[in-house]
Amino acid sequence: MAGPMKARARMQGNYADVRVLMSHPMETGQRKGRDGKPIPKHFIQNLEVRLNGKTVIEGEISQAVSRNPVFSFRIGGAKAGDKIEISWTDNNGDTNKTETAVA
Amino acid sequence: MRASGTRTLLLAAFAFAAAPAAAQTSQFEKYQKMVGEDSPAELFVLVGADLWRKKQGPKKASLEKCDLGKGPGVVKGAYAALPRYFKDSNQVMDAESRILYCMETLQGRSRKDALKRPFGNADKPSEMEYLDAFVASQSDGYKMTPGMSHPQEKRAYELGKALFFARTGLYDFSCASCHGEAGKRIRMSDLPVLSEPGPARAAMSTWPAYRVSNSQMKTMQWRINNCYRQMRTPEPDWGSEVVNSMITYLTVNAKGATYAGPGTKR
Amino acid sequence: MMTTKWMLGAGLAALVLSPAAVAEPSYDEVQQIIKRDFHAKGQAKMSRLDQDVVQRVCTQSHDKPPADLAKAIEADQLAAIPVPSGSLMGNWKEGAKTAWSGRGMQWNENPKKPSGGGCYNCHEISAQRTSFGTIGPSLKAFGKKRGSGLDAQRYVYTKIYNAKAYTLCSNMPRFGTTGTLTEQQIKDLVAYVLSPESPNNK
Repeated sequence: MAGPMKARARMQGNYADVRVLMSHPMETGQRKGRDGKPIPKHFIQNLEVRLNGKTVIEGEISQAVSRNPVFSFRIGGAKAGDKIEISWTDNNGDTNKTETAVA
Repeated sequence: MRASGTRTLLLAAFAFAAAPAAAQTSQFEKYQKMVGEDSPAELFVLVGADLWRKKQGPKKASLEKCDLGKGPGVVKGAYAALPRYFKDSNQVMDAESRILYCMETLQGRSRKDALKRPFGNADKPSEMEYLDAFVASQSDGYKMTPGMSHPQEKRAYELGKALFFARTGLYDFSCASCHGEAGKRIRMSDLPVLSEPGPARAAMSTWPAYRVSNSQMKTMQWRINNCYRQMRTPEPDWGSEVVNSMITYLTVNAKGATYAGPGTKR
Repeated sequence: MMTTKWMLGAGLAALVLSPAAVAEPSYDEVQQIIKRDFHAKGQAKMSRLDQDVVQRVCTQSHDKPPADLAKAIEADQLAAIPVPSGSLMGNWKEGAKTAWSGRGMQWNENPKKPSGGGCYNCHEISAQRTSFGTIGPSLKAFGKKRGSGLDAQRYVYTKIYNAKAYTLCSNMPRFGTTGTLTEQQIKDLVAYVLSPESPNNK
């Protein structure tokens, strides 16, 4: 079951400043547990950002990203009130998403 | 005569300007600044805000009417004015103790139940960690003004000070054993002299903090607890006079600092 | 023995009679509060809060004990250290591990596992380790400076066993007195610090 996920979006001039905070272990598969055995890989693989239902960003990320990723980006052509939805899928097939309105 | 006077003045000005620079930004400080940008700490604040509004306990109430010292329902600036004496509980309380008090009185939860798991872990943070992060965030930018006038506040300060210098536990450590001399570090972690205002301000203005090394939000109750663990003593009671007095002593030393939490640390 | 006790009494009396700030809680009050507000956990028993003469004198004197009192207690502490006969040089390779490990004696730890000395928490030692603290002096090339004969070995051994025998209010824990490190572990550390074969002295 995925941990909390939050997003904030604010107009800055002509673009929206968006910040997404995710909780995810982002386990590389290299780390060893107390028993000496490697902890299985468990990381976000795909990230999608939709503006008013239309996909604007499709990202592939890897285990190089650290635990509890923070993703911040700007969207041109957005305006106050627009709906931004961010979703992820990890290598286990788990997903999570959150949405926010541009302030 | 004129020329040398000017030169002396210039040299003095240069020495003055050079002194702070020479007081070295250590690699450790640079690292702290770097990890502070875009920190997962913000997630804890946002989740904490939700939990603050969540109706819980036998009374099915939220914490929104909690009096953190500035009146019921006022969260803005409250963290920066703690610890302080509270008449209703007749105690000096820090932020976490006060949050717990509101869980008991507003939500009707038992102390035992609310304190079942005060410290979380990377996979599952504790409710208190989320709430403390939220409350703290509402004091970002406020001047730190812990209570210093009530007799119990003064006593807490004096007790905290005595504890700071008391040699105890298996290793004979006092807080001052590590935090008593300027320019020292433990392995590669700089050690602030917490009995001095300058270092105390830098330290106390950034707790609670997200620890990058273990992906957890750590609070002041945890920080004091963890110091004692490393001092090889038995465990101090959560929210006890010992812990709250220590937090009082450190915060009074830090008074006047601009609060900048929740922080992000190694 | 008698002389020491008399000096101890006089020293403590001097401390008690000195003027204290009005609002400061007394030593006894602080100790009572500590005992009330702590609880045993894991291997950390409440007996760890019992104050011995070192902790009492150092706390009451704010780590600045009167010189003659300190000397007397230091002498008692030194006399009480059981020093094994013969060579005190153990295995420096084991000593390197013991010096690096900071674990042991904490309430969340398994008491069956060996403790480390946590030496690198406070000291620079071998150049092989770049992460070291500065609370204690550098021990780099200590064997080169002090030699590795029996005198040097005895000094390092007894210092690790009970640093308070040399400086009463030292920040260094008493690794032998507390049972944190075994005789063999301390000998291994002696070798790590002093042996010409140790990377510390190369």
